[in-house]
Amino acid sequence: MKIFSKLYTFLVFLFLYAPIIVLIVFSFNSSSSTSMFSGFSLQWYKALFQDEATLTALYNTVILAVVSSVIATVLGTAAAVGIDKLKKGPFRAGVMATTNIPMMNPEIVTGVSMMLLFVFVGKIVGDGAVLGFGTMLIAHVTFSLPYVILNVLPKLHQTDKNLAEAAQDLGCKPVSAFFKVVLPSIMPGVITGMIMAFTLSLDDFIISYFTSGPGFQTLPIAIFSMTKKRVKPDMYALSALIFVSILVLLIIYNIAQQKSEDKSKKKG
Amino acid sequence: MSNRSSLGAKLIAAPYIVWSALFIIAPLIFVVYYSFTTADGSFTFANMAELGKYAPTFLRSIWFGIVATLICLVIAFPLAYFISQKTDKVQRTLVLLVMLPMWMSFLIRTYSWMALLQDTGLINGFLSKFGIDPVHMINTPGAVILGMVYNFLPYMIMPIYSVMAKLDYSMVEACQDLGGNRLTVIRRCIIPMSMPGVVSGITMVFVPSVSTFYISQKLGGGSFDLIGDVIERQFQQSYNYNLGAAISLVLMVLILICMAVMNHFTEDEEGMII
Amino acid sequence: MKENVIIDLKNISVKFGDNQVLKDLNLYIRDKEFITFLGPSGCGKTTTLRIIAGFIEPDSGEVIFEGKKINGVPPHKRQVNTIFQRYALFPHLNVYENVAFGLRIKKVPEKQIKETVEEMLALVNLKGFNKRNINSLSGGQQQRVAIARALAVKPRVLLLDEPLGALDLKLRKDMQHELKNIQQRLGITFIYVTHDQEEALSMSDTVVVMDSGVIQQIGTPLDIYNEPKNAFVADFIGESNILDGVMLDDCLVEFSGARFECLDKGFAKNEAIDVVVRPEDVDVVESEKGMLKGEVTSVTFKGVHFEIIVDIGGFKWMIQTTDYHPVGSKIGLFIEPDAIHIMKKSEYSGIYGDYSSFSEEFDELSDPEEVEEE
Repeated sequence: MKIFSKLYTFLVFLFLYAPIIVLIVFSFNSSSSTSMFSGFSLQWYKALFQDEATLTALYNTVILAVVSSVIATVLGTAAAVGIDKLKKGPFRAGVMATTNIPMMNPEIVTGVSMMLLFVFVGKIVGDGAVLGFGTMLIAHVTFSLPYVILNVLPKLHQTDKNLAEAAQDLGCKPVSAFFKVVLPSIMPGVITGMIMAFTLSLDDFIISYFTSGPGFQTLPIAIFSMTKKRVKPDMYALSALIFVSILVLLIIYNIAQQKSEDKSKKKG
Repeated sequence: MSNRSSLGAKLIAAPYIVWSALFIIAPLIFVVYYSFTTADGSFTFANMAELGKYAPTFLRSIWFGIVATLICLVIAFPLAYFISQKTDKVQRTLVLLVMLPMWMSFLIRTYSWMALLQDTGLINGFLSKFGIDPVHMINTPGAVILGMVYNFLPYMIMPIYSVMAKLDYSMVEACQDLGGNRLTVIRRCIIPMSMPGVVSGITMVFVPSVSTFYISQKLGGGSFDLIGDVIERQFQQSYNYNLGAAISLVLMVLILICMAVMNHFTEDEEGMII
Repeated sequence: MKENVIIDLKNISVKFGDNQVLKDLNLYIRDKEFITFLGPSGCGKTTTLRIIAGFIEPDSGEVIFEGKKINGVPPHKRQVNTIFQRYALFPHLNVYENVAFGLRIKKVPEKQIKETVEEMLALVNLKGFNKRNINSLSGGQQQRVAIARALAVKPRVLLLDEPLGALDLKLRKDMQHELKNIQQRLGITFIYVTHDQEEALSMSDTVVVMDSGVIQQIGTPLDIYNEPKNAFVADFIGESNILDGVMLDDCLVEFSGARFECLDKGFAKNEAIDVVVRPEDVDVVESEKGMLKGEVTSVTFKGVHFEIIVDIGGFKWMIQTTDYHPVGSKIGLFIEPDAIHIMKKSEYSGIYGDYSSFSEEFDELSDPEEVEEE
């Protein structure tokens, strides 16, 4: 049984990682083939750093992810605080149902529906080329918001309802009570929400595809237009680099978490 | 009575409520509006009438979606169970390994499968070393479903695992105590208790599978059009927004019905999404 | 009469939706006294406390602090501090920073903060806990931090909202003593909210018994126990046999089909009244010698005494006695005049019944968490 479970786990992970391994291996290929390995070379990594278009797309992706996740986090945290105070009833239920829509709806429908809105508004204001950074930003904030809200709400629920009152009782004004006491205690939820918003934005292709214009391309869109023809291995090189940096980040995060857990265990 | 500062605290949600009205509700209204109008804005049922010829595509999408979801479930359930039996440290590492691929562009990963599956690709190259004739894999329905399973498997593993990890182990012991052997424990105890995870896993795999448009183009070679492909073409190639909106509307309604049917069988209300 | 008054509540009324939580409440609180609001869930005791703290504005009525009306003054500007039910300690700050919180808001110099915090931690026996994480503390320790935090800002009045509700019995007893000690040492006013009558009786100078948003009785613990004003107070505090009776004359009452001498005067002739007889005030005698006769229907050994239920003409009495009387035995009851307490009829008359369905768990079952808001 033990052996079976190990073998099984190994096979599933092999399945999950097969294309990633292929991609990393071929990023070092000396020819441009993606099925024949003809020798080790770093040429695609060199090519990557000379590829203006890809680097711009990478830069755009990061900018969009940073701006949209910050906006979504601020808006979503505020929303969660407000929703938490709402009485149970049809209004609250309505707000929560609306919040769930972007998560439950197929991404393609979300993308298409926003595109229709933007195009319609564009027609009214007479701007044929509305699609661009602005529309993508709105779209990314919109699909990130539910994740922020649903990460912050449970934290608010867990915090002692009297926390803000205790701070006021000790002399804090209501607003500073929120920043001094409530915000720090929901911080883990806010940060998780922000990280999710950031990664979702980095990764998003489908919704971006329908809300982007020719003026502002993100990496997934650049990759998409490339895969229509032929993907050059420098894309593999970029993906390999992204993979390694995420892996490193996760390992650091994991170690940090392990340490803080050991610490709290010792104290407790 | 007036409870101090509670009104202010409620108002803080106002920007979000306005935002969601503008960018969640309004776009859906536009989908409905475009579905029932012509390009110049007059009311019509023509878009809906035209949907009949896409019926086979709808059916194929749903069929592929169901098959992919079931395969994901069959693969994910034992894996989630095995992971949940490991020590905390190992669990955390394995969970990270499950999620790691999701942080890479799914376009690139799907493209990478092409290299594996091609007639002259890596798998066939490997097989030929053992004297096995090349197997035709790319551009088959199987390849499309494989792409779906590959891309969405983590969405099935994660919710099932998180339910199993939280299971009170003493319940399993109680089941053994009451005379259950290993199989009975799994069948009567672990499976029913992990249902909430299974249900959210099914939704999280089924919805993107049914509506995907990239996987079928790359791994199906364009011969197995899915509903996502049709929608994409209306918006990005033929610029028939009205027909595209109509197909999207029907897709949305179909998925709602599928989920309602499933929820009806599981009778669980809220908080299953994450 | 009204000297040393620190807080005066005048005609306070509060409604949550359709629910009238406080009805025209009048109450004054003397400086340096330990006063307890006692009552079941939803009686309005926590609401009254929150009105004093400033978290709730009454719909009508005045809140007066040292002669000044403080309606509309926000909580952070009031000279009162609260110990919350579940302590509401700030989880992101350590013990020291929690206690220092109020002082930092007031921009007290760092040196003085350090002095005050050390002093407060010593007061609550938490010396050396400065750097500890809040979540690593036990319930009792968290409670102490909460007390130190509130006292650090030197309040005139400390409000305590069921502060011991989350602790186990042994710890609760210890903390009761400690709180009383702290109050006497610091000489500040404590306003204490609880649903535990024993806690109220053993700690307070003054007890305010509340029910349905109305004050039922205000008095010293002794008064409240010995001279309950109505059937509610008699039933809520301690065990009591509550019977219908008729006041035949001054100092003469009839109940359970017999006449008794008593000490109460000033009722109308033949006025219907409620009679209270505490279980420990009844003497058990031989059947023939009893003023009342009955049959024992149940006996429970309680350690110091037996608790027996006696059926007297269909009404089940509870009697506490040190002698054993088996079930089925016929006994007589002897009641001294000072063991009988007469109360005017009230809306609570007749709703408590006898001990025929007595369950020991009853008191423990009452919900410690008040669901007054929302």
